[in-house]
Formats: sequence, C-alpha cells, structure tokens
Amino acid sequence: MNTRQLAKIAKRIGFWALIVLIMVYAVFPFYYAVVTSLKPSSDLFRVELWPSNWNFDNYISIFSQTSFLRAIFNSIVVAFSVVFIALLLGITASYALGRVRFRGRSTVLLVILGVSMFPQVAVLSGLFEVIRALNLYNNPAGLILSYTIFTLPFTVWVLTTFMKQLPMELEEAAIMDGATPWITITKVFLPLMWPAMATTGLLAFIAAWNEFLFALTFTLTDDQRTVPVAIALLSGGSAYELPWGPIMAASVVVTVPLVVLVIIFQRRIVSGLTAGAVKG
Amino acid sequence: MSTSIKHDDAPAGVRSFTTKPRRGTKVRRQRVKAAWLFLAPMLIVLTLVAGWPLVRTFFLSFTDASLSDLGAANLIGFENYLVYDNGRWYGVLADSVWWQSVWNTVYFSVVSVSLEVVFGVIVALILNAEFKGRVIVRAAVLIPWAIPTIVSAQMWAWMLNDQFGIINHLLMNVGIIDAPIAWTANAAYSMWAVIMVDVWKTIPFVALLVLAALQMLPKDCYEAAEVDGIHPVRVFFKVTLPLITPALMVAVIFRLLDALRVFDVIYVLTSNSTSTMSMSVYARQQLVEFQDVGYGSAASTLLFLIIALATVAYLYVGRKQIQLGGD
Repeated sequence: MNTRQLAKIAKRIGFWALIVLIMVYAVFPFYYAVVTSLKPSSDLFRVELWPSNWNFDNYISIFSQTSFLRAIFNSIVVAFSVVFIALLLGITASYALGRVRFRGRSTVLLVILGVSMFPQVAVLSGLFEVIRALNLYNNPAGLILSYTIFTLPFTVWVLTTFMKQLPMELEEAAIMDGATPWITITKVFLPLMWPAMATTGLLAFIAAWNEFLFALTFTLTDDQRTVPVAIALLSGGSAYELPWGPIMAASVVVTVPLVVLVIIFQRRIVSGLTAGAVKG
Repeated sequence: MSTSIKHDDAPAGVRSFTTKPRRGTKVRRQRVKAAWLFLAPMLIVLTLVAGWPLVRTFFLSFTDASLSDLGAANLIGFENYLVYDNGRWYGVLADSVWWQSVWNTVYFSVVSVSLEVVFGVIVALILNAEFKGRVIVRAAVLIPWAIPTIVSAQMWAWMLNDQFGIINHLLMNVGIIDAPIAWTANAAYSMWAVIMVDVWKTIPFVALLVLAALQMLPKDCYEAAEVDGIHPVRVFFKVTLPLITPALMVAVIFRLLDALRVFDVIYVLTSNSTSTMSMSVYARQQLVEFQDVGYGSAASTLLFLIIALATVAYLYVGRKQIQLGGD
C-alpha cells in the first residue's frame, strides 16, 4: 500500500469521524434527556449513558398533574389556531402582493419585513395594554392574537414568493372565464399552493409551539399556560431541588411531536426556511 | 381604496407586469380593489399587534405608568431615559446594569453568531458531500433547531449541572478539570454556557441556508479546479466562499437580529443574573417584575432603536441581496 492510498483511507476515516461527531453533537442532548426521564429518582444523580434501572415514574408524575395536561391542551389549541389564522390571512395577502401590481405594494412588503425584525420586547408593554383592553389577559386567545406578530410576516413573505412563481396563464384563463379574484384564489391557486402552505404552516406551528416570552408575560395562572412556560416554571425552591426527572420527561413529551414532524417533513422545512431567506 | 385606483391610472402603475392581464381597465380596477380588500385583514391584525403597541410602548416610555394601573400615567418627559436630580444622574441611560446588559447582548451576539457561521459552514460542506445516509444526518442536524428553546435550555442546564451534570463528569474523567464547574451559576462561565446552548440550537439554521447556496453553485469551476490540481482548501477560500457570501450574509443578518433580542435561553439558564442579562431580559424585568412600565418601555424603545438601526444599515448595504418580493 503506498502513501497515496493511505492518505485516501485516512481522509475517508476523518470524514466519517466528522459525521459521527456531528450526529452525536446534534442528538446527544436529546438522547440524554430521554435517558434521564426514564430513570427512577434514586438513580437520577448517577451519571450513566444507559439507565441501569428504568421506569416510567417521571411520565406518570407529569401526566397526573392536571396543570401539565392543561398546558398541553392550551399549546395545541394555540398552535393550531395560529397556523389557521396565519394561513388564512397569509394566502389572501400573498395573492394581492404576488399577483397584482398596485401602488404601495413595495411599501407593504417593506412594512412586513420590518415587522418580522421587531424585537418582541419592544411591543411588550403596548401589547399588554391591547390584550387587557380586549379582555384577553390570562387567556390563550390573547396568545393566539399576539403570535401573529411573528408568524404572519413570515407566512406572507414566503407565500408571496411561491405565489409569484405560479404561471400567469392560469389566472388569465380564470379572468377570461369571468372569475372574481376570490374565486381565482380558492379555485385556481389554493389547490396549487398546498405544498407551500404545508411548509409555512409547519414553520408557524413550530414557532407558536415554542414561543416563550409572550406566553410567560400574558398568562398568570397554571391552567392558562402553554407548555414552554409550564416546563420553565416546573421548579422547586432552589437550584438543588429542581425536579430534573419530571422536567426531562416533560421536555421529551413536548419535543417528540416536533422531532417526528422534522423527520417526516425535513425536505419541506428546509425549502421553507431557505425560501424565506435566500429567495426572499 | 379610491386613491389606490386613481394612483393606478398613473403612468407608473401601468408598467408591464407579467401577471397583469392586458385588458380593459375594469378588470384592472377590480383587481386592485380586490388586492386592497385581501390585504386589509392582514394589515388590520398587524396594526393591532405590532403598529399600535409599538406606538404605545414609545408613548409609555415618556410616562410613569405602572403595570397595576396603566391608565393613570403622567407624562414625565425624558426622566425614564436620563434625568439629573440632586447631583446624580438617573434613568436607563445612567443605569450601569443597562449598559452591562447592552454589553452582554453585543458580546453574546457577536461570539455566538461567529461560532454558528464557522460551524454552520463546516456542517453544510459535509452535508453537501455525497455519502450514504446523508438524509439521516440532515434530519439529525435539524433536531436541535426544532426543539423549543426552553427545552434545550433545560436539557443543557441538566447536562451542565455542577454536581450531577454529565459535562463536568466527562471533563473530570478526562482530567481537563479537577473540580466541578458551576457553569450556570458562576459569572465567569455562565455567558459561555448560554453561548454553548445557543450555538448548539442554531447551527442547523445557518447550515441549511449555506447548504442551499452550496447546492446552487455551478459544478464546472470545481471540475476545472480539480483538473488543475488545486488544493481543496484553496478552492474553498478562492471559489466557494466568495460564491456563498451573499447567502452567508443573509444568514448572519437573520441570526444577528435574532441574537440581539435574545430572551428565552438566558432567562431559563441563568434567570435574572446580571452577568448574562440581555437587553430583553432587562426590559422585561423592569416591566413585569418591577411593574415599572414607563422605565421598562424606555429600555424596550432603546432596544428597538438599536435593532432598527442595525436593520436599516443592513438594508442600505445589502440592497442587492434582498430585493423586495424577489422581482
């Protein structure tokens, strides 16, 4: 074996070592959370990569808390409503922005881009006032409303990009047949937009599911909270008394649906993320 | 709505547009009218949740409003920002904790975004190579991105736990450290703990953007480079890097704007400790915990101005990269 071959083998080994390193780095924290969540509390403070004894006590403990179940329910309601609203308003707005040329179009696009760069804290006190005025404080409906601030600009932006790529002949034919813009959207574009809507809907769902600052600020009682807040507040008196087992179990419970979504729809997510940034 | 129709009859509005049906103005008018009608719900919602609250935050920053009684606010001018009283300066701009949090935020943003870009490019280059199981590796890389920030902060808090955490355990077994490190509690390490978690979580985002750019690169210059026997590292710096720079810039700006408003990671990992406090954490603490809406709004307004300035600077410099709507 000459040095050239050796170098080639070394390169291949190095390449695969790097891949393994990346995989371990990406997945290990989640794996370790799963391992921790399966440990009985007596074993919790023994560091091991594979639980020597394991049971589902931590899961039983979190699922027997009504406040946690309530939080899961709230999160599901909030995330689905946010997706629905963002898509409904996004598809109509993106038709206007993507298919019709009118004065003020660039300004609207610029405003949308600007809103997507808002720091959430900048609107916190003003939004607090609005939510109180609408009587939505400590109510998941207030969260649904406030989450449109970050889901809507993104949805409109990406859907507009997709809407522009549709062939104009379709629309011309619809107009020739005397279809109104609303009919054009629902009957002509909507069927073609499903892939784009699935992508943006997925991203909006993840964003709403993960949001923390508004959820922490605009809710007060345990039964109105969403899961991220519930997990963040699952704590004992001091840093040493944190119930790590149940925290990890709850973390795994809220993360598993997302991990499954990511694995199933990774292609869509990748195209949505890059459409928002690269093409936009 | 009527003004928009009038505008549209102006020469500028009649420029050829690919999707515009070149027919009578009746259809055009109907379309423009419909366009505004379709935009209206979105514009109303955005005004309600973004525009109006921003204006109110701005206004409240000049008042002494408190959270328990928002209605009873008096205008107090710039007192929340800076005021000289009895031989001392008061206000956000005179608060050393605020400046500490500005510094923390900038430090956090610069360090974590730099690390994310370097590692993101490396991961993207690996994912761009062809090998068996690439799809699995890509899915695995996406996982940190999908995990809620709160959850990743908790997972890392547990791994970084000073007494029972696996990271101290490993480092001690390998012999790098002699005694456990209180990663999140010790001011010397806590910022690094925060950066570690953020970098872990956002490498996927940068990597995916860079990967998308890599996949659009023309193959022929690589073939030419290979024929000429140029070292791959040289090819990367001379060919690949210049070509992916626009995509990299987009990733950097997205990440920077995100990092400047960081809240969740820091709040969960180190709560209100001043050694890691970011501008968002500072503003929220004033607003909610100290109930001082006026003062907190002043801090929020300053944060908004900083980010707006960064955005404007970027839009000005990078107009070529983000063309509105992509036409």
